Amino acid sequence: MNRKKNTLFWNLIFFIVIIGIGFFIYKASLRINYSWNWRAVPSYLVYKAQSEIDSPVRGVVEGFENGKLSIKANDNKIVYIKVEHPTLKTGAIVDTGDELGYDTSYKPGPLLVGLCMTIKVSIVSIIIALIIGLITGLMRISENPLFKNLSTVYIELVRGTPLLVQIFIVYFFIGTLFNMTRFIAGAFALAVFEGAYIAEIIRAGIQSIPKGQTEASLALGMNYFQIMRYIIIPQAFKRVLPALAGQFISLIKDSSLLSIISLTELTKAGREVVSSSFSPFEVWFTVAALYFVVTYGLSLLDRYLERRLAGDE
Amino acid sequence: MNDNGDYIIVAEEVNKTYPNGVKALRDVSLGVKKGEVVVIVGASGSGKTTFLRTINQLETIDSGKIIVEGVDITDPKTNLTKIRADIGMVFQHFNVFPHLTVLENVMLAQILVRKRKKEEARRIAIEFLTKVGIADKKDEYPTNLSGGQKQRVAIARALAMHPKIMLFDEATSALDPEMVGGILDIMKQLAKEGKTMIVVTHEMGFAREAADRIVYMDSGKIVEMGAPEEIFNNPKTDRLKQFLSQIL
Repeated sequence: MNRKKNTLFWNLIFFIVIIGIGFFIYKASLRINYSWNWRAVPSYLVYKAQSEIDSPVRGVVEGFENGKLSIKANDNKIVYIKVEHPTLKTGAIVDTGDELGYDTSYKPGPLLVGLCMTIKVSIVSIIIALIIGLITGLMRISENPLFKNLSTVYIELVRGTPLLVQIFIVYFFIGTLFNMTRFIAGAFALAVFEGAYIAEIIRAGIQSIPKGQTEASLALGMNYFQIMRYIIIPQAFKRVLPALAGQFISLIKDSSLLSIISLTELTKAGREVVSSSFSPFEVWFTVAALYFVVTYGLSLLDRYLERRLAGDE
Repeated sequence: MNDNGDYIIVAEEVNKTYPNGVKALRDVSLGVKKGEVVVIVGASGSGKTTFLRTINQLETIDSGKIIVEGVDITDPKTNLTKIRADIGMVFQHFNVFPHLTVLENVMLAQILVRKRKKEEARRIAIEFLTKVGIADKKDEYPTNLSGGQKQRVAIARALAMHPKIMLFDEATSALDPEMVGGILDIMKQLAKEGKTMIVVTHEMGFAREAADRIVYMDSGKIVEMGAPEEIFNNPKTDRLKQFLSQIL
């Protein structure tokens, strides 16, 4: 009972601290005379767009009923046209191509479009990085010096140079050589970078599986690929899942660096919105929150998978 | 050993030195006839497990020859997977696959290596799981099994491949004492059925009862071998006498 009271107390303190920090930030922003404008922020995510509806014929507007505008054309035929918000009154004379009114629809704002690009480029490079990581991870534990050395050189080079520089090299050098789009170059650069880390994770995972598993499989007459495919990798995968999820989260965050090659992902979109709205604080807080939603979602998924896979070991 | 026709396994002057300089095997020669049960005994570090593991090439050798069913398995050109499928092995630490159910453990290699259809593999798996008395656990994962139960799964897994030879590497050493008897009974049953077996064990009772021949190894060498009565009642070498006095 006493212990329960204690945790309640400290949880209370936690909330007070959080509120205190929030209050401090608010006060600090008042001191620098920043005028907050949160109301504009939703429109960077989703906004109401108007699309013009033009008259297909020449004639006179007869009336507006059930969301449809009726126009008596010059050849006396009545034409019905769906318009949400008509701007013309009954009796107005229209020519072909004149505006009759407009429809409204919700369109994704620049930040949401950027977020979609971030997710897209991340998914593509996660898939490529996994393939690179799996192959080089296996090469690293191979006894063949060619494979072993190749993968070691790759891993050391990638881990020893900054991602930003790698992005420039891939985009300007390899991208020009193979005529890559921004998207492909960006996804590829990220995959090459994260692949090196994934390779190390997979190597460690495979080496953590007891030797007896391989020996038992060999004794049953299985070959190398069967042992890897059916015995070692399924067990290793389960062990490295948390590390792998962490690496995927890193990849999503690192994708913000692709804004440097003008790929309009979330960070680039944020910069564009800031320069047009002059509300840097709100926009960057929103951008951070969007990244957090994605990465936190991934870590929840990881926890769910870990719990599901935990059953049989 | 001059008439190779009778022998299913022939080892000739096998030598092995570990990278750390320990000489594990010195000129070990042994022939095993079809249907024979050979029990290898000896102190820890005598090379008996190493020798057993050279028979399916889990352990390579430095010199000598090992011929299984007329095929020289130490020849680099030999297709080892094919030979290994014919040699069942049971390990001290079971080495069951923790990510597969009991049934899947026994089915996997049948499907991958023996190319059996799923239904056939399943039928054979259940047949052998029943034989070792663990068919009721077929849908469990190994983590829910005791050591003795895991070892039964491992034995069924090896038997389901219909091997011509069975190797037992201290199959009862990692078991709780109350589990040992059950596993030994299965091994005795197999011996009675005429399976060719090489058994490394510390269980002298089993050796006396089930072995056709006992091989005593010490520091990488075969010191003495013969029928159980000979070995236990009339040991010729001092080393064997001393070993028996310590163990019995």
